[in-house]
Amino acid sequence: MKAKTFDERSIWWRVGADFLHSRVAVFGLVILALVVLAALAAPWITPQNPYDLMQLDVLDARLHPGTPSSSAGYTYWLGTDGQGRDLYSAIVYGLRISLLVGIGSAAIAAVIGTLVGLLAAYAGGKVDALLMRLVDLLLSFPTILMALMILAYVGKGVGNVVLTLVLLEWAYYARTARGQALVETQREYVEAARGQGIPRWRILTGHILPNCLPPLLVIGALQIARAITLEATLSFLGLGVPITEPSLGLLISNGYQYLLSNEYWISFFPGVALLATIVAINLVGDQLRDVLNPRLQK
Amino acid sequence: MTGWLLRRIAQAALVVMLMTVIVFVGLHAIGNPVDILIGDDMNQQERLEAIARLGLDQPLWRQYLAFVDGALHGNLGKSFVYQEDAIRLILQRLPATMELAVGALVLAIVIGVPLGLFAGMKPEHPASKALMAASIVGFSLPAFWVALMFIMVFSVQLGWLPASGRGETRALLGVQWSWLTWDGLQHLILPAFNLALFKISLVLRLTRAGVREVLPQDFVKFARAKGLSNARVVVVHVLRNTLIPLVTVLGLELGATIAYAVVTESIFAWPGAGKLILDSINSLDRPVVVAYLMVVVVIFVTLNLVVDLLYKLLDPRVRLEGAR
Amino acid sequence: MSAEVPTLEVRELQTRFHTRAGVLPVVNGVSFTLGRGKVLGLVGESGSGKSVTGFSIMGLVDPPGVVEGGQVLFQGRDLTRLDDEARRSLRGNRIAMIFQDPMATLNPVLRIDTQMMEAVHAHRQVSNAEARQLATQALARMGIPSPDDRLRAYPHQLSGGMRQRVAIAIALLHGPDLIIADEPTTALDVTIQAQILSEMQTLVRETGMALIWISHDLSVVAGLADEIAVMYAGRIVEHGSVDDVLDHPQHPYTQGLIGSLPSANRKTRQRGARLTQIPGMAPNLLQMPSGCAFAPRCARATAACEAMPDMFRPRAEAPAHQARCFHPGAAVQTMEAAA
Repeated sequence: MKAKTFDERSIWWRVGADFLHSRVAVFGLVILALVVLAALAAPWITPQNPYDLMQLDVLDARLHPGTPSSSAGYTYWLGTDGQGRDLYSAIVYGLRISLLVGIGSAAIAAVIGTLVGLLAAYAGGKVDALLMRLVDLLLSFPTILMALMILAYVGKGVGNVVLTLVLLEWAYYARTARGQALVETQREYVEAARGQGIPRWRILTGHILPNCLPPLLVIGALQIARAITLEATLSFLGLGVPITEPSLGLLISNGYQYLLSNEYWISFFPGVALLATIVAINLVGDQLRDVLNPRLQK
Repeated sequence: MTGWLLRRIAQAALVVMLMTVIVFVGLHAIGNPVDILIGDDMNQQERLEAIARLGLDQPLWRQYLAFVDGALHGNLGKSFVYQEDAIRLILQRLPATMELAVGALVLAIVIGVPLGLFAGMKPEHPASKALMAASIVGFSLPAFWVALMFIMVFSVQLGWLPASGRGETRALLGVQWSWLTWDGLQHLILPAFNLALFKISLVLRLTRAGVREVLPQDFVKFARAKGLSNARVVVVHVLRNTLIPLVTVLGLELGATIAYAVVTESIFAWPGAGKLILDSINSLDRPVVVAYLMVVVVIFVTLNLVVDLLYKLLDPRVRLEGAR
Repeated sequence: MSAEVPTLEVRELQTRFHTRAGVLPVVNGVSFTLGRGKVLGLVGESGSGKSVTGFSIMGLVDPPGVVEGGQVLFQGRDLTRLDDEARRSLRGNRIAMIFQDPMATLNPVLRIDTQMMEAVHAHRQVSNAEARQLATQALARMGIPSPDDRLRAYPHQLSGGMRQRVAIAIALLHGPDLIIADEPTTALDVTIQAQILSEMQTLVRETGMALIWISHDLSVVAGLADEIAVMYAGRIVEHGSVDDVLDHPQHPYTQGLIGSLPSANRKTRQRGARLTQIPGMAPNLLQMPSGCAFAPRCARATAACEAMPDMFRPRAEAPAHQARCFHPGAAVQTMEAAA
């Protein structure tokens, strides 16, 4: 039995193989995996729960990286912040929030956006035009401004940040889903399916939707990066998480006041963690886009 | 051409109208407009007077018309905090924000285009690959964190540049600009660079992609076949064709930059419109928020229009088609 | 034959493309000579390497292609040994090229006069006014009416035939000794095609310039060329005078090309007879057979064809007529008829 040639294998196998071609993308994927694992295993890999005020020792505030704790039995490898939090623990827990908000909002926005996009493509005509006008309007304004406005009206908090992000992001998915769906409806297999009498909604879900997934996946990856950055920015500006449960953005913000006394680590390390995460996501997303693109031509 | 222009202007006006409706409805739907516009540190008598004065006891559509009327006359309420016309406050601080935004854009073009050109013409060169890697990091960087790092390195540790504030200004065309003074420039460098980082990466990648698209086209080969010098081929043929779509993107980016200046202004204590809006949101100075929204909408819509126009003018295929 | 130096002499030209999939020998040992005032028709299907041959002579091969071997002697000078600046000064000046699609070869966002005047300025120090004069004259010589208006226009405002005339006018600006025309009429109407062909013919006769006309269509070059060279898979497989090659084709591929011409008025064909097709597909340069590249599609192939044939001279009466085949000859009837 002849071994399968490259072209005969399933499309996902090929996508995976092409993806792994780029060492840079693999590097990104590895970093991402580490970040996710760290976030999931947070309680086990950190010496301190930075959200539990009982575990903080105010006397240990603003210690240099590498200073051992005065009361507990561990070392503050990355130093402490103004409230005596172990920065390493705070970063790991902060990553949790970043990932949760980023992935969560992207997922919800993806579902809503795809539904709207498919609806627009399905309905066509006036409905389509109206929805796409709305999408264009939404996308033509800068996200940060819209986010500030929305948060100004609804108030602070993680939940509201997720809400804001969803409100701002669904439009990207909608536009892509609609565009791709329209392209797909012109394809012959749709004609063939319709000729077989398969109901339209089934064509939509069974045939068109799976083919819309690749570009949505690419957009999703890059949107997650944007969402995480946005959450960090909003937290930095004081509009996000509460100060007792800091995310990376808030940690950085807290460190601002100590910069001038050269106590850099409070802002520095969380930023590095944030940067690493975003770079990793962007690397993966970039490669996904390059790999998935020619597939779409088929 | 004029027909198209008129249609676009009408469209733009429509969008602005739409935004006023949204803002107005937003004011009513989300909170009590009385609280939003008047503030809650007045006693009962003053409140009733204020309500009557602002027409808040009228039916909704009447209020809306009054709102629009006021907007057209440049009156969008008084700031709670500063007790001045909200619109005037914003317009006063706008030049500072424009300085930052335009400075960032100029930096992005001056640095991003040549580097992108190089990366596009010699994609296999190690420097090109390094540039592309750097550009990914560039647009992954959280701008606010970079701002802090800038301050730390350049102000605190090296002491080269000031950490905050705007420098001295000099007047030009009746407006105070800080880039006209040396002190002003020193204050401008860090925040402008900070704002520009993301853009430089974007411009670099876009230019590179554009160059790679243009380079294999026949007219480039034909230009070389004519015996033109390499410099001329690159500048007149490759760059010109790459820049046309780039210009439109950059024009829209200017709008985004003005918005993103919010964060940079906040960190560098830059007295622009962005910092104002942030402070106003935090101190619930709603009239300023509303006024800012309107100003931004107008700027955006105008920018969109200008960019569309620019594209039509620059690409002769588009321009001359429309003339028929 | 006079003892003057031929305008162009190509010896064993090798151009290879280094792609991820492998190294493609796109031009694989091409040799020919072109004398002053002569027209060579370089014929082959797409992928045969004919265009790249033209680019290699001009020095315009884009990466991943590299000219890796052989010599290109232009009026005795080896172009492959010259530095970039020397080659640039020859391009558009003594050697010019015309491309296939004038809409693609003229920069769409620049005016015609800009594109013509820069070609003038590249090789001559003249004022703008003089350059414009030269451009106007060049257009007039090509029979383009109201040249001043045309100069101020943009490429998309002109018709296809007009654009190609502009491209030819640009090529002729400095009175080159050699013009390489890469399928210049393929994208044009038949009538315009005929006009341009006859104009080129006049030019060659009047100025003594040499012309290489690259085409996939034998019938186009039949009326114009003095010599024909047929390319297949990067090599020349038949070369001779136009009469020799068209009336007495020796290589089975050439015979296949002629046999598939509907207009063939060759003696062996009657009206209404079937058009023949060459069976099989164009060769994949990555998976070439060790011997003759045409063997997989050839009805005459034998075991001998597993070795690479040299260029033989199969007709004693025409020593200039060569074919790269172990079984040359007029065996047209053995070709498979189209289904």
